[in-house]
Amino acid sequence: MDMKEMQQSEQLRYADWLHWSTLAGFLCLIGTFIAYIFGILPARIPLSELPQVWNKPAEEFLKVTGMPKGWGWIEMLGNGDLASFIGIAILSGCSIFCIMAVMPIYAKRKDWVYIAICALEIGILVLAASGLISGKH
Amino acid sequence: MKRLLFFTLLFIAHPAFAAASASPDTWWIWPLALFVVCFFLGIVAVPAGVGGGVLFVPIVGSFFPFHLDFVRGAGLLVALASSLAAGPSLLKGGLANLRLAMPLAFGASISAIGGAMVGLALPSNVVQIALGLTILGIVALMAAAKKSEFPHVPAADSLSSALRIQGVFRDAVSGDDVNWHVHRTPLGMAMFLVIGFLGGLFGVGAGWANVPVLNLLMGAPLKVAAGTSSLILTTASSSATWYYLDNGAILPIIAVPSVVGMMIGARIGAHLLSVLNASVIRRLVITMLFVSGVGALLKGLGVWT
Repeated sequence: MDMKEMQQSEQLRYADWLHWSTLAGFLCLIGTFIAYIFGILPARIPLSELPQVWNKPAEEFLKVTGMPKGWGWIEMLGNGDLASFIGIAILSGCSIFCIMAVMPIYAKRKDWVYIAICALEIGILVLAASGLISGKH
Repeated sequence: MKRLLFFTLLFIAHPAFAAASASPDTWWIWPLALFVVCFFLGIVAVPAGVGGGVLFVPIVGSFFPFHLDFVRGAGLLVALASSLAAGPSLLKGGLANLRLAMPLAFGASISAIGGAMVGLALPSNVVQIALGLTILGIVALMAAAKKSEFPHVPAADSLSSALRIQGVFRDAVSGDDVNWHVHRTPLGMAMFLVIGFLGGLFGVGAGWANVPVLNLLMGAPLKVAAGTSSLILTTASSSATWYYLDNGAILPIIAVPSVVGMMIGARIGAHLLSVLNASVIRRLVITMLFVSGVGALLKGLGVWT
């Protein structure tokens, strides 16, 4: 297998996973936002009250509005403003699945260094996603 | 188009606009204005050769009433969404290289979280001042930076050889397959730690710094540098975005119109590449960045509110 073919196999798999996960994220983002903005889903913070709070620092905003921290939004997906986080979470998390998808290719080639790099990168992204480093859990 | 963007920004910066849109019934004016501004920023970002995030944060941070925490959170999402959307075609065309991106993205992801932590912990006026100074630094970099289509790399360094960082891509202009390798990898990795930190701190993405490091320092061909920069952003921005999301610094009413406006604008910008005068657009973007950098600095110093 020449360099171009080797390069292509991992890149194509990564590209496919990236394409579909990004598409899913965008569709969720736009669908839930439309439901939020047109009142199909109720808003936890009424839209008309947002101008009074969007100029506050994030920490103060959470205190004033009682909006959830970390993954707390997942229990309140019936609210349009929080349902919009589904698309954001998919977009923020899709790299994890793309990296996982190419690991078997590296394993087949016994490319242990890149398996280690992939595992470390996944570890960092999962740690960031977990909310553990934000100290809010 | 330059005039339209200029007058849009002038219009939303006018006190009468702020007064009209402060009414509870007219909350929708700001997200709509955000969508329109991001649409134009998306159009000019592509020919200017910069990511949307670096334009978004200083301009929206200076001219819109949102707190800088939310602007930076939305800026990261804009940078992330733009790079995710471009990723598949860049990877398939060999212009983004996974083998080159992975080790660099790992360092950038860690430091981006560090930048996000520092950014949300610091007082916003300090972040505004630092942002203003950084944007003015980017202006100087953009005005002075040289590019090299195919940099001369005498030999791959030992680390890139050990990691087998090399590749081949088909140059659309010549139709030839171009083999490439890189050098100065340890220094490049160190630079990506700094770049990731700044990206997380200011929510600006980091294509403005990624491309010169990959191209001029490490010797990757310009097209591979630009494509791989985008791929690195998909993971580096992702880790910082999670931190902002966890800490309540992403507001959908700000983030979603920005992402959608920027992406539609970028698609049109890509189609208009052959029509628009890239050097004129580049000068416009440098001017816009200079004005917004000064604006951020004045806001941070309390001179302009």
